[in-house]
Amino acid sequence: MNGAKIRQCIAFSVLGVLTLAIVVPILLVMVYIVVNGAGAISWEFLTAAPRQGMKAGGIFPAIVGTILLVVGTMLFSLPLGVLSAVYLVEYAHDNLFTRLIKLSVVNLSGIPSIVYGLFGFTMFVILLHFGTSILAGSLTLAIMSLPVIITASKEALESVPDTYREISLSLGATRWQTVRYCVLPYAIPGILTGTVLSLSRAAGETAPILFTVAAFYLPRLPRGVFDQVMALPYHLYVISTQVPNIPLELSFATALVLVGLVFLMNLVSIFLRAHYRKKRLW
Amino acid sequence: MVDAIIKTTDLNSFFGSVQALKGINLEVQRNEILGVIGPSNSGKTTFLRALNRLNYRVRSYSQTGEILLDGQDLKAIRDNVLRKKVGIIFALPQVLPVTIFENVAYGPKVHGLTHREQVDWIVEESLKKASLWDEVKDRLNQPAVKLSGGQQQRLCIARTLAVGPEVILYDEPSSGLDPISTAKLEDTMQQLKADYTQILVTNNTKQASRVSERCAFFLMGELVELGPTDQIFTKPQDKRTDDYITGRFG
Repeated sequence: MNGAKIRQCIAFSVLGVLTLAIVVPILLVMVYIVVNGAGAISWEFLTAAPRQGMKAGGIFPAIVGTILLVVGTMLFSLPLGVLSAVYLVEYAHDNLFTRLIKLSVVNLSGIPSIVYGLFGFTMFVILLHFGTSILAGSLTLAIMSLPVIITASKEALESVPDTYREISLSLGATRWQTVRYCVLPYAIPGILTGTVLSLSRAAGETAPILFTVAAFYLPRLPRGVFDQVMALPYHLYVISTQVPNIPLELSFATALVLVGLVFLMNLVSIFLRAHYRKKRLW
Repeated sequence: MVDAIIKTTDLNSFFGSVQALKGINLEVQRNEILGVIGPSNSGKTTFLRALNRLNYRVRSYSQTGEILLDGQDLKAIRDNVLRKKVGIIFALPQVLPVTIFENVAYGPKVHGLTHREQVDWIVEESLKKASLWDEVKDRLNQPAVKLSGGQQQRLCIARTLAVGPEVILYDEPSSGLDPISTAKLEDTMQQLKADYTQILVTNNTKQASRVSERCAFFLMGELVELGPTDQIFTKPQDKRTDDYITGRFG
């Protein structure tokens, strides 16, 4: 073997080990959660409300709460995020104003989630009188999700070849028709990926929902958007730290359900992505 | 003088501070094939894209002077209306990543045609006019990218024809094609002569001499000479034209 080949061998080994080093912790976490929590998962656990000060019963209200929050977050953040990205990529000129917007988007993603929580509390709960509610929580989570959705959508739109736009415009299509028929369809896979990524994060966040929606103990389903709900991450926090003498198994089972929910969302996005990729013919 | 469909008066084009066209005065006659020749960076493509305002996609672009289409100032025509009348074929065949049918049907659809039978009819007619129908009629639902380069370029012509233009601009349409595909493309252009005004920008002077009736020679943003193609190629009036077509530069 000559020097170049040896160097290549070493480089490959180092890169391989590093890659493995990423996979191992994830696997360990998963295995640990499954091993410790799987025993407590039962039909009752998934479909019943908590009983006896959360020491028994299930986590159904928290599952429903988290799903409602994710859907609510998506309703606000997806249209707003995608349309902002369309504006920035397809319409906006490069000037001070748009640079300010882009800078804000980047900076928004660096804000700690507890700050979003405080903002949501003062803005939606108090100032707009939404109270501690699904609406306030969804809006708070939506604002937190926006930067990732905008950034991912922007990149997806920018990766659509400019020739598609030129073809469409040269045939007399208007700008909006061009975006609608020749750009967005090809950007959807990328937009989906970014959206699901940020929604997964929203599903698992505790801080933003702490003051805006999450109920400590509410063993019933919400009656409307102005109702509080329990949510999986906050419930997990509560039973792990706030209530004494709760079997550890219950915490791990709750974690397992949360991780499973996020995993399910990712799975849906993978299928959607594959579906839209198939539409593109080449 | 015969009926002029396009008339430019003192047309100056700028990309930022760089002037790409210098005082172009030119008339394009209805149903002619006008060849536009000249070396790279002579302003040919800028001239072509000024005619359907595609230059304005570049943010730094600006333009002075006047361009008339059918006696109407381009500035007074909405971009999407103008581009329906003035179609363009790009240098490399550029098809959308959809089926052959959808490529041609795209234009009619954005212009509001929804009736299935009408769309079918337009697609068929356009493909026939572009001499592509016989080659693709059995596989209209296949991806357009599966076609050969020459077929793709004729598909682009069909797609342009489908919106019913008056003028077709060609921006070095055979630069990516082999000689046989090029010959087919040139045949197609001859067949379209009866119904359309065509402007052919080309780096290939031989192509201009084969296809066009009149020819314009551009150099460094100036229109050096415009005349019947025979004359340009046999008795050019300007020394620079002579130098270019005899291959002394370019």
